[in-house]
Amino acid sequence: MSQSAHPAAKDAPILECRNLSISYFGRAGAVPAVVDFNLTLERGEAHGLVGESGCGKSTVALAVMRHLGRAGRIVGGRIWYQGRDLLAASEEELRRIRGAEIAMIYQEPMSSLNPSTRVGDQLMEVLTCHEGARRRDALIRSSAMLERVRMPDAGRIMRSYPHQLSGGQQQRIVIAMALLSNPQLLLLDEPTTALDVTVEAGIVDLIRDISAEFGTSMLYISHNLGLVRETCDRITVMYSGEAVETGSVASVFSGARHPYTQGLFASIPVPGADKNRRPLMAIPGQLPSPRERPPGCFFGPRCVHFVAGRCDSASVAMKDLDATNTHASRCLRVDEISWDAPLAAGIERAAVNLGEVVLQVRDLSKRYGPVTANDGVTFDARRGETVAIVGESGCGKSTFARILMGLIPAGGGSIEFEHLELSRLAVTRRDRNTLRSLQMIFQNPSETLNPSRTVGAQIARVLRKLGPQRDESAIRERMYELLDLVKLPREFALRRPRQLSGGQKQRVGIARAFAGNPSLVVADEPVSALDVSVQAAVTELLIDIQRREGTTLLFISHDLSVVRYLADRVVVMYLGSVMEQGRMEEVFAPPYHPYTEALLAAVPLVDRRYTKRPVLLAGDIPSASNPPPGCRFSTRCAYRIAGTCDVRPPPVQEFAPNHRIACHLTRERLAAMQPVFQEVIL
Amino acid sequence: MNVRVAGLLALIWVPLVAYVMFRPSLGGLGSYLLLPAIPAVILLYVTAVRRWRESWVAVLGVTLVCFWLLMAVSAPFLPLPDPNKPIAPYLAPGGIRNGVEFLLGSDMRGRDVLSRDLWGCQRVLVWGVTATAVAYAVGGGFGLIGGYLGGWWDEIVSFAGNVLLSFPVMVLFILVLNLFGQSGFNIIIAVTCSSAPVIMRIVRGLALDAKSRDYILAAQTRGEHPLWIMLVEMLPNVRAPIIVDACLRLGYTTVAITTLTFLGLGLQPPDPDWGLMIKEAATAAMLWKYSYMLIVPALSVSSLILGFNLIADGLREMSLRD
Repeated sequence: MSQSAHPAAKDAPILECRNLSISYFGRAGAVPAVVDFNLTLERGEAHGLVGESGCGKSTVALAVMRHLGRAGRIVGGRIWYQGRDLLAASEEELRRIRGAEIAMIYQEPMSSLNPSTRVGDQLMEVLTCHEGARRRDALIRSSAMLERVRMPDAGRIMRSYPHQLSGGQQQRIVIAMALLSNPQLLLLDEPTTALDVTVEAGIVDLIRDISAEFGTSMLYISHNLGLVRETCDRITVMYSGEAVETGSVASVFSGARHPYTQGLFASIPVPGADKNRRPLMAIPGQLPSPRERPPGCFFGPRCVHFVAGRCDSASVAMKDLDATNTHASRCLRVDEISWDAPLAAGIERAAVNLGEVVLQVRDLSKRYGPVTANDGVTFDARRGETVAIVGESGCGKSTFARILMGLIPAGGGSIEFEHLELSRLAVTRRDRNTLRSLQMIFQNPSETLNPSRTVGAQIARVLRKLGPQRDESAIRERMYELLDLVKLPREFALRRPRQLSGGQKQRVGIARAFAGNPSLVVADEPVSALDVSVQAAVTELLIDIQRREGTTLLFISHDLSVVRYLADRVVVMYLGSVMEQGRMEEVFAPPYHPYTEALLAAVPLVDRRYTKRPVLLAGDIPSASNPPPGCRFSTRCAYRIAGTCDVRPPPVQEFAPNHRIACHLTRERLAAMQPVFQEVIL
Repeated sequence: MNVRVAGLLALIWVPLVAYVMFRPSLGGLGSYLLLPAIPAVILLYVTAVRRWRESWVAVLGVTLVCFWLLMAVSAPFLPLPDPNKPIAPYLAPGGIRNGVEFLLGSDMRGRDVLSRDLWGCQRVLVWGVTATAVAYAVGGGFGLIGGYLGGWWDEIVSFAGNVLLSFPVMVLFILVLNLFGQSGFNIIIAVTCSSAPVIMRIVRGLALDAKSRDYILAAQTRGEHPLWIMLVEMLPNVRAPIIVDACLRLGYTTVAITTLTFLGLGLQPPDPDWGLMIKEAATAAMLWKYSYMLIVPALSVSSLILGFNLIADGLREMSLRD
């Protein structure tokens, strides 16, 4: 341990954490948030810290910044920054280091920007305040930095207030602000999670180049394995406060050596996953709360390789896997498990036979003042079919769901559901049978359930309103059956929502939606707020129930990998208009609409068996209140034909029955597109 | 737990209101109504202290309020002289006349100050709390309607609220009490007119926020009646800020009622109440020697208001903690 004394700052790593332990002290005593954490970050290196919510990854970053707040305290271990002991640094030293040498970028850009000050002034302040630069120089250097974070039109941006910029632009400003002080170390805490995928792809591309261009070392915190693979050199996977595996990105992604890492990989839909032939494998159980961590290996109770008496006897130490100490795993049985054996595959399912058309949407449109939320939306859904509506924020997918549910009236067009016109039939005027047949699963687990009523009461209420059961004992029995259906224990009936985890709340939401045997269920981003391993379990559950009940599922999502996994048909929307629609295989293979192509390429890839052709879109999604004329996508499209695309709306071209692309490109040009993903022969 | 608190409150409140409002028609047996309320107050105090023990502010507040509540329900049983019977004027605290000890002295008409003070809290508490409750029922109801139904409902409700709020509070009180006559019931009307618009705005804001929650949408998509959505789905989830505000507002209402009686409006003599006591003592208390006549009711009203405010502070502190 050469770093226990202060070595010369020159050859010391940028950041080193040794046996770091952090606890939060609350009314109920100490809660260990991070246990025995080690990390070495060399100069110019990017290190990814991956884990699910509550695993302690953000706490590590806060500890490095010494920003833990009053409740958090470092209870053990050391942190060195360039050979300097950060835990011994004075408040004055820390302030200087934070401002000039370590910068942090948070998830929500708006919370890092002052809403009442022009962006330019905020950027210049970094220089005038920290370096005492003159305003003239500060102005020149700030504008130059905006160019370097790829923000064209720096002059206009400098004069804007933060709220006048889009989320992607705001995050670029925050990054520019961090880079202006020329930091040695950049901490990024989920910097793209709040952004749309195509915007995220641009920021990720920028982050990837930062270390090369600026020589900055990075600690990149994310829940997304794919993003870390695309941006980082090394990776540390955390679980329940512990680092469970660390290594170079190449070695971890080609051969995970911890059951948790392996489980994470198996629960992410990859391009080859298929809900029928290769179902997702969710990690069983759920993350233990910091108070209820099991003895021995924290992952033990959820691990398929668990051996009683060994894994649960003593705490497990990190074990190096090779002589160069680059790959390490916190698994006792790391030498016994055959890691390359194929994982137990999920159970194959037979393909569903699709029935008659139950939902016919024709030319649906909706405007809110100047905002065109839906414009000429047309598609069908058959009985038992899963139709995914995909798009980024502002594409009108949620507006469509609300029109369908009768929460807002349509502006024009028609929705025919089971031979009933619904587009202008408000939910308050729908009869019991229509209400029953059309139910919804909501996005946000924290508000999908009424916080002050028990789970059982909420499910029973739906049964009373919509179910066939009349007497109380039948309702009760059915309520328990529904809990069984979503794989929750029956005693959950008496619990209140705050006693449930996010995934459990979504399960109750699913039970509630299916309580009245609906024929169509609208699921509005039902898993996007959940952790990866939980996402897989909830997705699988939803597919199973839908299949058993023969329900039509309208799955609204921005996540193409999930959509690719479970959809039969896909409708791709952009700024209120349908860009492309067709069967899943048709949409995810050429010919693509240029937007579909970009969406596909924006999904970070986890599986090394595939390579991706990069497609980067220029700029951000335009505001829906001022959509571009002609083709909505024309401002960002790489294939734009000037004078055509930005003038006339695109024609709809049919490539296969019901595979339609709205684009000005010729059929030949569209047909000649190359696939985004290529399978690699290993 | 909540059922128990509600039960205890009902056990205290119903007899107390009946006793104060309908004493003449109840006759001598009326005071027995209050007997079961005494243990109820003690139980309520124990329950509250247990639940709020983390916040000494709230415990102090509930101690003050429960003290006055206990005095209100036990006043008929305490060995005190009749609060309205003149015995000996201008007795200093501790003085004895005709074998009766005047612990806090007697006022200029010879009535026992302590007795009047304890009986007075009965009237202030009953009318203050009842008026606040009515104001909440009216303001909260309209707030839910305006916030949840929106559109024209919201326009009408908000406009009516703004009109009422444009009157200076005192003018509104005097107007109402002169129009409808001076009585406890009309104090309720006056307090409702001045407080309900403010409550309406608070509840309307909370309802607007709650309206877009997914569980409200879920209730709508299963065809729930708006009344069910407002009362069952919304109200329980916005209760925390409402309860805090209600405690503060109890304090305001106590001030308002005391002020009104001080001005000779509202509750009428001879029955004691703190505002009236302060008014009657105002002249005598110009002499330092007789200032106790003023200080006793003034301290009483302050301590009650402080109690309500401390409870509000403690509740807010606890709700922010987790």
